[in-house]
Amino acid sequence: MEPLTWTGAVGAFLNPVLGIAVTLLVVALIAQLVLGLFASPTTLQANPDGTLAASGGILGKIETAMKYLFLAVIALILVYLIAPLVLPYGMVGIIGEMSQRFLPVWIALIVTFTISIIYKRRLGLYGKLFDSTVGMIGFGLVMFWVFTALFVSVFDLIATHDYLTQVSGLKNKAPGVAVPDGTAGDIPHYLLGGDNLARDIFSRMVSGSTFVIAIAPLATIFAFMVGITLGLPAGYYGGLLDTILSFVANLILAFPVILLFYLLVTPEIVQTGIPSYMAAFLFVFPLIFFGVLLNSRYYTQPQKRTAILVPVLGILGWLYLSVINQKGTVIDFLPAWFDLFDITILVVFVSVVFVNAPTVFRIVRGLTLDLRTRDYVAAAQTRGEGAWYIMLWEILPNARGPLIVDFCLRIGYTTILLGTLGFFGLGLSSESPDWGSTINEGRKLLLIFAHPALPPAVALLSLVLGLNLLADGLREESLKD
Amino acid sequence: MTDQPILEIDKLSISFFTRLREIPAVMDFSATVMPGEALGLVGESGCGKSTVALGVMQDLGVNGRIVGGSIKFKGEDLCEMSPERLRDIRGSEIAMIYQEPMASLNPAMKIGKQLMEVPMIHEGVSEKEAYARALEVVTDVKLPDPERMLKSYPHQLSGGQQQRIVIAMALMSKPSLLILDEPTTALDVTVEAAVVELVKDLGKKYGTSMLFISHNLGLVLETCDRICVMYSGEAVERGSIADVFDEMQHPYTQALFRSIPLPGADKNARPLVAIPGNFPLPHERPDGCNFGPRCDYFEAGRCDAGFIPMEPVPGNDRHQSRCLKFQEIDWNAPIQVSDTKEKPEPGPVVLKMDNLKKYYEVAANALFGGGDKKVVKANETLSFEARESETLAIVGESGCGKSTFAKVLMGLETATDGAILLDNQSIGSTAIEDRDTKTVADIQMVFQNPFDTLNPSMTVGRQIMRALEIFGVGANDAERRARMLELLDLVKLPRAFADRMPRQLSGGQKQRVGIARAFAGDARIVVADEPVSALDVSVQAAVTDLLMEIQREHKTTLLFISHDLSIVRYLSDRVMVMYLGHVVELGSTDQVFSPPYHPYTEALLSAVPIADTSVKKKHIVLEGDIPSAMNPPSGCPFQTRCGWKSKVAGGLCEKEVPPVRMLAEGHQIKCHLSDAELAEMEPVIQIAAE
Amino acid sequence: MGLFILRRFGVMILTAFCLTFIVFWLTNLGPNLEKLAKTQGNARMSDDAVVSWLANRGYSQPLPIKYGQWLGVLPGYVIDGTDGEVRARCAGPGEAVEEASTFCGILQGDWGFSTVAKDNVSAVLPGRLANTGKLMGWVMLVMVPGALIVGVLAGMREGSRTDRTLSTASIVTTATPEYVSGVLFISLFATGTFGMQWFKGTASSAVENATFENFFLPVMTIALYGMGYIARMTRASMAEVMTAQYIRTARLKGVSFPKIVLKHALRNALIAPFTVIMLQIPWLLSGVVIVETLFTYQGFGWELVRAASNNDIEMLLGVSVISVFVVLMTQLISDIGYVYLNPRIRIS
Repeated sequence: MEPLTWTGAVGAFLNPVLGIAVTLLVVALIAQLVLGLFASPTTLQANPDGTLAASGGILGKIETAMKYLFLAVIALILVYLIAPLVLPYGMVGIIGEMSQRFLPVWIALIVTFTISIIYKRRLGLYGKLFDSTVGMIGFGLVMFWVFTALFVSVFDLIATHDYLTQVSGLKNKAPGVAVPDGTAGDIPHYLLGGDNLARDIFSRMVSGSTFVIAIAPLATIFAFMVGITLGLPAGYYGGLLDTILSFVANLILAFPVILLFYLLVTPEIVQTGIPSYMAAFLFVFPLIFFGVLLNSRYYTQPQKRTAILVPVLGILGWLYLSVINQKGTVIDFLPAWFDLFDITILVVFVSVVFVNAPTVFRIVRGLTLDLRTRDYVAAAQTRGEGAWYIMLWEILPNARGPLIVDFCLRIGYTTILLGTLGFFGLGLSSESPDWGSTINEGRKLLLIFAHPALPPAVALLSLVLGLNLLADGLREESLKD
Repeated sequence: MTDQPILEIDKLSISFFTRLREIPAVMDFSATVMPGEALGLVGESGCGKSTVALGVMQDLGVNGRIVGGSIKFKGEDLCEMSPERLRDIRGSEIAMIYQEPMASLNPAMKIGKQLMEVPMIHEGVSEKEAYARALEVVTDVKLPDPERMLKSYPHQLSGGQQQRIVIAMALMSKPSLLILDEPTTALDVTVEAAVVELVKDLGKKYGTSMLFISHNLGLVLETCDRICVMYSGEAVERGSIADVFDEMQHPYTQALFRSIPLPGADKNARPLVAIPGNFPLPHERPDGCNFGPRCDYFEAGRCDAGFIPMEPVPGNDRHQSRCLKFQEIDWNAPIQVSDTKEKPEPGPVVLKMDNLKKYYEVAANALFGGGDKKVVKANETLSFEARESETLAIVGESGCGKSTFAKVLMGLETATDGAILLDNQSIGSTAIEDRDTKTVADIQMVFQNPFDTLNPSMTVGRQIMRALEIFGVGANDAERRARMLELLDLVKLPRAFADRMPRQLSGGQKQRVGIARAFAGDARIVVADEPVSALDVSVQAAVTDLLMEIQREHKTTLLFISHDLSIVRYLSDRVMVMYLGHVVELGSTDQVFSPPYHPYTEALLSAVPIADTSVKKKHIVLEGDIPSAMNPPSGCPFQTRCGWKSKVAGGLCEKEVPPVRMLAEGHQIKCHLSDAELAEMEPVIQIAAE
Repeated sequence: MGLFILRRFGVMILTAFCLTFIVFWLTNLGPNLEKLAKTQGNARMSDDAVVSWLANRGYSQPLPIKYGQWLGVLPGYVIDGTDGEVRARCAGPGEAVEEASTFCGILQGDWGFSTVAKDNVSAVLPGRLANTGKLMGWVMLVMVPGALIVGVLAGMREGSRTDRTLSTASIVTTATPEYVSGVLFISLFATGTFGMQWFKGTASSAVENATFENFFLPVMTIALYGMGYIARMTRASMAEVMTAQYIRTARLKGVSFPKIVLKHALRNALIAPFTVIMLQIPWLLSGVVIVETLFTYQGFGWELVRAASNNDIEMLLGVSVISVFVVLMTQLISDIGYVYLNPRIRIS
């Protein structure tokens, strides 16, 4: 087989066109930025139909030009993405084949967006996201990786080869390299080349998404549970409790993250059982949270409360025990049939939660300090509500805006932290396809072979960027009313 | 002086543009301000009065646009000016005074610098000269120690002083037009009176024309020569003060006057007439007359037919009305009194305060902590009784301790000393957690800010049902839901509101929900903390009426906390006046509102603007600001501002807190003045015989 | 004010004690010591040998005593070892046990001996710190003015095209952690892959002689990540200030737009970012570790990684003490600076 080029036969005439369009777009953008700094604020004009239009000399013309150029670039990129569906294999090169591999993701994205946009007025804050371009782009990037992770892990789609199989002769080979005949795999090429152990980089990259998509949101949720359960009383009661909790939070925050990781995430520490104890402590917070949440709401109706509380706490308790109970560690008392699952990288999980929780605590504490002065809180107090009801049902729901925004940002930050762990080779096996480890593997030969480190780097960048844009869009839209 | 008007607004229309639609804020608005004249612009919130001011300043923001008409300043059209010319005029020819003095001053810049900036920009004078000018103007606005003032930062001054600085800043370049946008709303009544007085004097001294924007008719009466009443983006009536106040020619103006408590109104014999319905949202305005749907004189097919122009009222000077029927309406017809109510007899004593004291300990320096502890005496020996179905008003300005008192009564704080007896059971030292459900349900509260009183993320019905749950009303959810719907009926809200979120309700509706919630457990004592002060005038009357009606039915004891003496006089049976934690006067409404007064009550009465031309007020302006509760004056708390202090021999006022004296049955006062001097006091308010 | 600083110092010292104790405890856990014995002594040591090796070198003493010795408040150990040799904590290599001082801890200025660098910690760290100081200095020089300018430009006209472009750029940089941007930069500008081999991919030579060629990429890598964050803070703060009423007051006083921005808005808008910048420094510390590892620049972060991977206890403790000190100092400075910048707090 011939190796694939980046854009194949189609690219031969499309590439120059795209090049020109992109160059013009960049020029227009810069010109507009520069002019925009000096020009007086655009004069707006009211149209009879009640809309506003900006009109203004050169600036206006550049703006129009930019709009068309932008559309042209998008259209050209779409050609690269759609053409491989109708053209035979390899015609659009590596880009085309990658697009083809991602086909299930494209379909899922289109379905999600269509449904969301149609019903956006009925979907609350989520629906409003589709009023904001930035938010939509962010959401698109995030969902791209979510769907990728889903299809790779559950349906075994997208990845072309097994991410652990080493094929002799493909060590550090450039993107588009053809695999020897008879190699197992969906296509006869390594789309993004081979790494220093001759494994398929493209497959490793898409498989790596599963790790991040599974761990990062979950760890963030736990961090939020801890932060909320402790931050609410700290802000609401103040006083000694607040002083102690804030001191502890600041103590953890004063640790340089990497030092903490280097101290915590080592096989020796795992041996001592500290991560298990920490897990036992940190993961109990969801139980406390939901227990108190439901109890404070229904304590006036004991029957109803029991009916709700027992199943909820039962299931959560079972999950909790399964998570902390692990074979071969200090906490290993459950019979095997009762233990739902083992988390092999418990230490990574625990330390990420541990690092994130104090920041969440501080945010929740600050929001509580602000919200507790509201009249509706006073109204709840004057009708004799318990403190936890006020915190969880009167204050927390009204702090949800900033918390949701921070939740998105924090998933991004957690992703970065997981990457950092991988980058220093902490807690994860070197075979693991996660992006941090792959970057770490790739950087060692970076000056000679740049291609193995780039795909995971770009993947991580795009996911974090998506989360940040999503958070930005949410913030903007939630501020609007 | 020439006869050319300073400001001439002609058929002005201003719209705001959103992504979805154009929202007209001001339509077909015309007004003229002659040299030295003061024009009052009156209307409820959202009527577009502030937009007019910003339109004159050409500062409508990104979305605002003047879509029609012209604004001529000394014959020059402001809409067609270049940005440079506009900048020249702003600050030098037209100056503006804002609602929130604290927010309008740059917190990181010394006051002197902010003042000096004005002549330095506009007249290019040297720094030294600008300083001299600043000093002069600051002296003019009667601030003590002007040189120190110029060296201070804004946060070091009190609200009243800050507003004086803002006024000084406006006057730095001796403008020909001064725009005042609700300049005293954020201030206490006695401070407001002093600031209004100052503005009036300076207006005369500098010969400045004024555009005075306010929602308070009384204030406009005191400050302006002419008035323009706005409703929902349109001017509905304009003319001289005398014409509009005494010979109103628009149903809205009339309704407005009938809904505010003027002296003479009485909750039983002559109740207020609330304007029915709600203020229309800008994009939901009706065809024809905007006021049509709420108007008593509405005639279908005529009033909603189309555009209604401003028509001059024959015989009056520049008096115009935007009503098709103003010449047909009998303006002198007496108010149709719906039903006069019997004054309910007060029942047995339910609540008794006995020498209640509440002290706080605070660190002297809040930020850096540590240091000396200071004791703030928020409430000092409070004693009174309240009976069943009685309304007791608690009157005072900020820092007088009325909110602390409410907190102690509710059990959010415990008393330092003394007792609160509810049905002869002491609850003063019982925190709310330790009170039994019955006691908690018995004492409930209605809060001030309608936008804050309901939890924004829970439906209205759920919030009321939660209160029912807590108070143990109803055996199951179905029963509670039924009871909740009854409560909605009680506060005259449609039952459909049960499933609405608070943000879908208007301010008045939210306040009604708050009242329903307070009565969920059949409260016997309701503390209403300024329940209507944040509402628009036309809604105030309706909410007040509702409160009174429920009180009558439930024989509730109402503790009405307010700073507004007009409404207090209207609805309360007894009045308690507080100043810096002390009860300075307590008595029945008649006793408190007629001499002899406590000097503070006297000043308070004089300070409240009354929108009635037939009322003559004695003019008392208090010096200075309310002292901080952290650092109260020695002796009598009021001695620093009291005008009668000189009549007490031997500086007694500065040395001793006056004892409580009984003047008549149930009328007590805390003052050193002798009986003879008290007897000499004249009534502050006199209604001229018509 | 003095009292305030005193209190802050109190909290700082307490924090420092807690943090160093935690580090001390973690590094002195059984498995870590075992690893230390095996790396220092013999990889195929028997369990008994490990125990005696540790006992001979004072590692088997109770934790609080070891911590006290390290601090210098308890006398250093003198152990008559099972192998017949007498060892004293305070006796340096080649020094006789009898001549050693009784106390040798942080308080006496003795930072201990690095088992990896084979030298005193106090001899190794200053050089490393100086290197990192050089790197950080350049980073701050690029990052702070850049971020403030971007933030102010974006925030002064909220919603304008300039704002949107700059804000998006800021978001992109905050979404690019150092190990991603570093890898991208190296592959773009330090390898021939894209035909732009302009800079060097390592900075090891920058220790001696920092040039544009070998120092630009590491500096930019750290600066970019922090820059976006500070720029966004500045933008938010600036945008908020620009909608404040006193800005309207200034505008309606006839002040021109540039003057409004410079005289009225800037100082108020910089209060919030100042705290952020100061609190950013400990955060940059992580970036420094990554970048120094990636570019093999022998600074503080590089030393941290080396010490941590080899369980070099004394070095690790020294590194922790310094980073804790840096973190706490920046917090202190940010508090004081905030008070200084904000007259509202200063004079109340």
